[in-house]
Amino acid sequence: MTVQTKPPLTLDARAMGVTAVNRELRAQSAGAEVNITEVRGAHNLGVGLSNKIHININGNAGYYLAGLCDGPSFTVNGSVGWGVGENLMSGVVRVRGNASESTAASAHGGLVVIEGDASSRAAISLKGGSLAVGGNVGHMSAFMAQAGTVLVGGDAGDSLGDSLYEAIIYVGGTIRSLGADAQIKEMTATDVSLVREMCITAGFDHINPENVIKVASAKQLYNFDALTNQSY
Amino acid sequence: MCGIVGLLVRDQGLEQDLGRYFTTMLEEMTARGPDSAGLAIYDRGVPAQALRWSLRSDAPTIVWSSVQAAVDTATGATSSIEEIGNIAFLVTSAGEEVVSRALLDTADHQLTIVGVGKAIHLIKDVGLPRDICERYRVPQMSGYLALGHTRMATESAITTDGAHPFSPAHDLALVHNGSFSNHATIRRALVDAGVTCVTDNDTEVAAQFIGYRMTQGDDLEEAMRHVLKEFDGFFTLVVTTDHQFSVVRDAFACKPMVIAERPEYIAVASEYHALASLPDIEGARIFEPQPEEIHTWTV
Repeated sequence: MTVQTKPPLTLDARAMGVTAVNRELRAQSAGAEVNITEVRGAHNLGVGLSNKIHININGNAGYYLAGLCDGPSFTVNGSVGWGVGENLMSGVVRVRGNASESTAASAHGGLVVIEGDASSRAAISLKGGSLAVGGNVGHMSAFMAQAGTVLVGGDAGDSLGDSLYEAIIYVGGTIRSLGADAQIKEMTATDVSLVREMCITAGFDHINPENVIKVASAKQLYNFDALTNQSY
Repeated sequence: MCGIVGLLVRDQGLEQDLGRYFTTMLEEMTARGPDSAGLAIYDRGVPAQALRWSLRSDAPTIVWSSVQAAVDTATGATSSIEEIGNIAFLVTSAGEEVVSRALLDTADHQLTIVGVGKAIHLIKDVGLPRDICERYRVPQMSGYLALGHTRMATESAITTDGAHPFSPAHDLALVHNGSFSNHATIRRALVDAGVTCVTDNDTEVAAQFIGYRMTQGDDLEEAMRHVLKEFDGFFTLVVTTDHQFSVVRDAFACKPMVIAERPEYIAVASEYHALASLPDIEGARIFEPQPEEIHTWTV
C-alpha cells in the first residue's frame, strides 16, 4: 500500500483576506503543508495557530507573522514587517529575507531564524525562545530580554542588551555599543557547543562558534535577593 | 498612529499615472489614519514667473469665477483657475502680497490659502483617504512627486487645518507620524524670530521651523539636521520641495518607515503593503532608515 501525501494547499491572501486565510490554516490537520501567495505585506498572517502544519509564505509579509503560535512551522520566501514570531510558544519560523522591528518579541519558546538582517529591538523582552539572525541586528536589540538565546551572525547596533535579565546573546561581528547593565563575558566550552548547535539548526555556516562575543547581564540593575528563600 | 506615503518618479513615462499609484498607496494607509488626509502633488505645469495657489473655501457655496475676477481686478493680471468643488488651484504671475490680499479680503468667500508654489498642489480634508482622493480627482492627477498623510489625531483637534501636509513656504510640504513633546517651547522661539504658527498642531511647528531655517539659508538636509537637534519626541518626517525629498526618524525610530528604491522611482511608506502595488516592486531595494539618518533624494 502506498501512502498518499496530499499536495500542498495554496491560499491566495489577496483574494481571501487575512481572516479567511487564518481560519483555513486553523482547520488543517497535522502534517499539512500550505502555500500562501499574493501576500503583499498583509499583517497578522498565521497568528495563534496550534496545529502542527508547515506554512510557506511566498512574498513579503506584514506585521506579527506567526505571532502566538504553538505548533506550526513557517518558511517565508521574502521579508517580514514588525513583530514576526511575537510571543511565539514553539515551532520554527524561518525568514529568507530581512525582518523589521521587534523580531521574536516576548517569544516564550521556539526558534525564529532571519537569514538576512533584523531591524531594531530584535528579541525585545525575550522570554525563553531563540532568535538566530544571519546578518545584523538594529539598535536596542534584546532590550530587557528575560530568558532565551540570541545569535547574531553580523553586527549589532547601539545599546545591545540594555537592562538584560537572564537571556544570553552571541555576536559574530562587532557591537556598536552595549546597553546599560550589559557586559561581555568569557565564552565557555558550553557556550561554544550551544552556538555550534544553534548554527546547525539555523543552517548558518558563516559563523565560527569559537569566535563570537558573549553578552549577558552584569546584574547591577536587577536582583531578586529578597526572594532567595522563596520559590518563585 | 498616522500613515505616510511618498512617491518620486524618475521615469517620465510614469508621471501620467502618479495620481493613480499614489491613491492606492494612500488608501492602504487608512487603518493608520482614518480621520483626515492630505496630499501634495508636484508637477511642471506652472509657467515661469507664475505661482499656483492651492485654495479652499468653507463657504456653503462658492463661485470660483468671482474669486478669480476679484484677484484679476486687484492685480491687473490674467489668472487661470482649476476648480474641484470647494477647492481650486489659481495660477497667476501677479505679486504675492496683492494676490493674498485680494483672496482674503472678501470674507464671504471664506478662503484658506492651503499652499503656494511653482509646482505644488496641496489638498487636505477630513474623512477617509479614499473619499478624499475621489472627491478631488486625485487618481487623475499627474506629476513627478507626491507626498501624502493619513491622520489619527493625537495632539490637536480633527480639522482640515490640522491635517497634514503643512506648507509654510513655497513648494514646501511636511508630513509627520508621531508627536513632539517640546513644540510649545519651539513655537515661542519661532514667534520671537517673527514666525507665527496658524494652528495648535505640533507638526505645524516643525514645518514652520524648517521653513524658517530655509529662509535663513539652510538647504533641506541642513534644516532636517536642526530638527534632530531641537525637537524632542517621536517622529518619522517626510519633507518635500519642488526639487527634493527627504526622510528622517528620531533616535528611537519607533515610528515606522519603509523605503523602496528603483531606477524608475523612490517610494516611501509607513508600512510595506502601501508599496505592494507599485510596478516591479519585487525588484526594488527595500530598506528602513536608521535612527537619526537623513535620506535625501533630488528630483
